[in-house]
Amino acid sequence: MLEISDLHVEVGGKEILHDINLNIRDGETHVLMGPNGSGKSTLLMAIMGFSTFNIREGTIRFKGEDVTQMPVHERALRGMGIMFQRPPTISGLKLGKLLAATSKKKEDEILALARTVNMDQFLSRDINRGFSGGEIKRSEILQLMMQNPDFVMLDEPESGVDLENIHLLGARIGNLLEKEVQIVNRKKSGLIITHTGYILDYVDANIGHVMCDGEIKCHGSPREILKEIKERGYKECLECRQK
Amino acid sequence: MPPEINNEQGIPNEDRERLALSGINLSLAGRCGSYFQMNQDVVHSTCSEEGIDVLPYSEALKRYEWLKDYAWNLVPKDKDEYTRYVAEQKEPQGYVIIAKKGSNNIFPVQACLYLGREQVQHVHNIIIAEENAELHIVSGCASGTHVGRGGAHYGISEFYVGKNAKISFTMIHTWGQEIEVYPRSAAIVEEGGTFLSNYVCMQPVKKIQMYPTAHCRGRDSVARFSSVVIGTPGSTMDLGSRAVLSAKGASAELITRAITKGGTIISRGHISGQVEGTKGHLECKGLILKDGIIYAIPEIEGKVVGTELTHEAAVGKIAREEIEYLMSRGLDEEMATATIIRGFLDVKITGLPDALQRSIDSAIDTAEKSGF
Repeated sequence: MLEISDLHVEVGGKEILHDINLNIRDGETHVLMGPNGSGKSTLLMAIMGFSTFNIREGTIRFKGEDVTQMPVHERALRGMGIMFQRPPTISGLKLGKLLAATSKKKEDEILALARTVNMDQFLSRDINRGFSGGEIKRSEILQLMMQNPDFVMLDEPESGVDLENIHLLGARIGNLLEKEVQIVNRKKSGLIITHTGYILDYVDANIGHVMCDGEIKCHGSPREILKEIKERGYKECLECRQK
Repeated sequence: MPPEINNEQGIPNEDRERLALSGINLSLAGRCGSYFQMNQDVVHSTCSEEGIDVLPYSEALKRYEWLKDYAWNLVPKDKDEYTRYVAEQKEPQGYVIIAKKGSNNIFPVQACLYLGREQVQHVHNIIIAEENAELHIVSGCASGTHVGRGGAHYGISEFYVGKNAKISFTMIHTWGQEIEVYPRSAAIVEEGGTFLSNYVCMQPVKKIQMYPTAHCRGRDSVARFSSVVIGTPGSTMDLGSRAVLSAKGASAELITRAITKGGTIISRGHISGQVEGTKGHLECKGLILKDGIIYAIPEIEGKVVGTELTHEAAVGKIAREEIEYLMSRGLDEEMATATIIRGFLDVKITGLPDALQRSIDSAIDTAEKSGF
């Protein structure tokens, strides 16, 4: 699904990501962990192709095609989707209007889907204006449900969300990643940034990666990595792996 | 339903479309009354709603002796060269709309001022909503596509909003790029009254200059001005609105959304809080899409303790982050930009009937279809 080779990414003239290599196959979900500021969100934004994130070296291949220089919308149309951690507020643009513009679905279909994430009351509101942390996540997941991407990137889907809503979001994310489909038949893939690991209860995550200082330092079982981080913190985890 | 306008022969089909764009329905469907002035000729003036008069200016002055006290009362004759020009006319034209005490029109009255020749069109309008009346008007002003150089429109409008009454006045302009427009308007709002003034101009105009004033002199009176405009290359739009709050509980809101793609837009606003317990907010948001100038001049003037006045003005471009956010959902850059602009212009006006909000939305939608 996604193949990243020797990727170097800079922001504002400073290299943030160094020599990233990552291969996510069809049906796999990977988890990305790491301390704040280590470059996790930068990686997701670079994969999606946002212009602030300048690719200095390396390639991103998606479904076998080199998308390294491809515009954002072309990547979206090819099946990439992203849940933002802090999406922008767009003055005057109603959530419902955006969903209609991007999905071409009819009003009643949009309303029905919005109800499944308790966002039907938000369709006539400016997108993200005054939304709480949980509302932002529900708005993001609703947009992804409309888009139904083959490759789903989620930037801290559980941050700022209460326990009840984590369950709701987790279930929808599980659907997006075809959790209910047998592993051998699963086609959808994901890359999820998480600090808490709550999301692991709702997806079948195959591999975990730890990112430190713009590099992927180690790989392993997501739950084992999380356990180590919880017990010893990132510093020891990193030192341990460097030995 | 009043009879169809049947004396509008001579309006070419493309101009009929321009009139429709200005919220004017020549079949009169969805309108309770209609005034149609072509150049200086009144071709239609009628209203089927009980309690609402729609009359040509001269006829109204003859019919109602008392009306002379309402003419040139809020707008001084000698205010400027344009008011003097209109005041000097021997055959004044324009319309008078009177909503009698307690009357209410669900379907709006439409007032169409159509400029089909190269000349100065002048009008003097008086709009009155008596106590507890509710009056909604859409004023569509348009010039013919064939009108060349030198056309101009001078319009005097005086609004009287009685006790607990309401007037909504929605102006949708579809002028040509050689037309100059000088409206001169003022309103008095009595106790518990509401005055809504909406201005939409999505089409080119050579110059428009106006600065209407609402005098909120009754307790708990409300004035709301909303303007949505696009400045095209060669257009100069000098648009202001003023609210004078001189009674306790009076409030005002002045909202502007301005986009330029080469034109000059001056957005002025002034709220004067003259007594305690008054409240006002002034907001101008401008987007410069391509060249052009947006010059926002918000003024708030508090004269006493206990008046609350705020303003917010922002001029800039669409943030790259916003465009790419929409692109990440699959819209190309052009579509993403248009969707954001459409949202930017999407001002929902509280208290406006659906039919008029639809007219405003449709004028903006048409601009969107042509790529703004």
